[in-house]
Amino acid sequence: MTTESPSQTAPDVAGLSFETALQELEQIVDKLERGQGSLDDAIAAYERGAKLKAHCKAKLDEARLKVEKIRLDEAGQPTGTADLDA
Amino acid sequence: MQDQAPNTSPGNLPEFTVGEIGQAVKRTVESAFDRVRVRGEISRPTRAGSGHIYFTLKDDQAVLDSVCWRGAAGRLSVQPEEGMEVIATGKLTTYPGRSKYQMVVDQLELAGEGALLKLLEDRRKRLGAEGLFDTDRKRPIPFLPRVIGVVTSPTGAVIRDILHRIADRFPAHVLVWPVLVQGDAAKDQIANAIKGFNALPASGGVMPRPDLLIVARGGGSLEDLWAFNEEIVVRATAASDIPLISAVGHETDITLIDFASDRRAPTPTAAAEMAVPVRSELIAQIADDTARLIHAMNRRLAESGNQVTGLARGLGDPMARIEQEQQRVDFAVRALKGGIGARLDRLSDTINRRIPSPMEILARTEGRLDTLARGLRLQPVERAIEDGVRNLARLGATGQRAAERRLTQLADRLGSLDRVLEANSFERVLDRGFALVRDAEGAPVKAANDLTDGQGVSLQFRDGARDAVIGSTPTATKPSRPKPKPSRSAPPEQETLL
Repeated sequence: MTTESPSQTAPDVAGLSFETALQELEQIVDKLERGQGSLDDAIAAYERGAKLKAHCKAKLDEARLKVEKIRLDEAGQPTGTADLDA
Repeated sequence: MQDQAPNTSPGNLPEFTVGEIGQAVKRTVESAFDRVRVRGEISRPTRAGSGHIYFTLKDDQAVLDSVCWRGAAGRLSVQPEEGMEVIATGKLTTYPGRSKYQMVVDQLELAGEGALLKLLEDRRKRLGAEGLFDTDRKRPIPFLPRVIGVVTSPTGAVIRDILHRIADRFPAHVLVWPVLVQGDAAKDQIANAIKGFNALPASGGVMPRPDLLIVARGGGSLEDLWAFNEEIVVRATAASDIPLISAVGHETDITLIDFASDRRAPTPTAAAEMAVPVRSELIAQIADDTARLIHAMNRRLAESGNQVTGLARGLGDPMARIEQEQQRVDFAVRALKGGIGARLDRLSDTINRRIPSPMEILARTEGRLDTLARGLRLQPVERAIEDGVRNLARLGATGQRAAERRLTQLADRLGSLDRVLEANSFERVLDRGFALVRDAEGAPVKAANDLTDGQGVSLQFRDGARDAVIGSTPTATKPSRPKPKPSRSAPPEQETLL
């Protein structure tokens, strides 16, 4: 990538939020499609893009619905959770 | 009742003390107005240190002192504010000690929709002036919240709608903080829930801290939704560090929490849609991105490959080169096999052309020598010789006479010397009868002691030589000695010339 390359100073993919990872993935795709940069940069961008994609997919895959109701004591303070029968 | 004539004696009219009449009035008033609803405008509300709230209800004709005891004051759904048009519920009582009566209020409600809206508008302006509704206070809603905190009733359609929509779009972890959403206790519970979610530790707590809050209630009347107009709820919402979506009532219902929240949703379902993206769309988007990524990379690789191919074409086909060279080798082999003699001749010619013969080298060397010889000019030498000759001539001219004189002298001397020499020649001596004795080696023997007896010698006479042996009897006369001068010595004239 060029001097503003995400891959040069980019943070570890695992620490990225889904949104950040998705945005960077789209930027990489746009850049690759424009064919800019050297071939080495393109390969590095591709590798990063693949990691970002895997990261995003993992985030999507771990989506599970979990609903809990907070139990409160007499003072209205939370003491724990219980299943919600909604 | 009995007839009562005017100005009659007090006779049968009962007589009260002040205290009695005060108590009587108190009983009468309290029994007659045990529970009343009074509509009026609140004036001069004050909260005493004791916790009681004093205010006056008034209209254009009368005023009514009112008090709300501390216990009831905490349960009021509407806190008294100046100018508030209310309907107060309570009882009338008197204060005999001061000849006063007042209303003990245990509930206040806003008087009519117009009054509510006016109150709402006044409160909105006041809180807005504090900056609670400022745009720059709004925080962005996270794109993909991990944990969503929902403040609402745990029963009813609202929470079901929210959960269903979240499950449909993007399943997530939802924590429901159960609250009353209407009634006197609602505002405190709602405010407490918002504060409570914010107070959760970011990690390590008994439950995860949400990164998004939804405060929701279904549709209802203005009064039903009133808790969400309460200042304590509005302030808790504005103070929330966690981004908060308000979803109270229907689309047309606006409550003050909507001004303080980071995002207002028209309905609880809409709040769920704001809270989470659609997972399937994201999966499709990522699949699309992935396909584009791969396609772009493949295209890039293909382009680079084409570039390499193009450049390689410029380099030429290595196989063609190799075949070409192979062909040359084949030709060479054929030539070697078919006409090696001719080939050798040609090679020989080549070698001859390249290596000069010794004769050529000699010829070239001679040529160089000629050149050098031409460079060696004889003129200086000849001139020097000529100079010498001229000098000689000059010298000779001057010394001619002296030389001739000298020559004459020398000639004279030579003549005399020649005569002496002639006279002294050993051959002349031999002529005179002497003999020269030579030993075996031919060397002249000059002394008798040089000879031993029996030694062979040669005797040279004038006309020849004869061998002899030295005898032991010395009878012969001593021969005269020849001049020792050997005849081989060079004539002295040469050395003395000039």
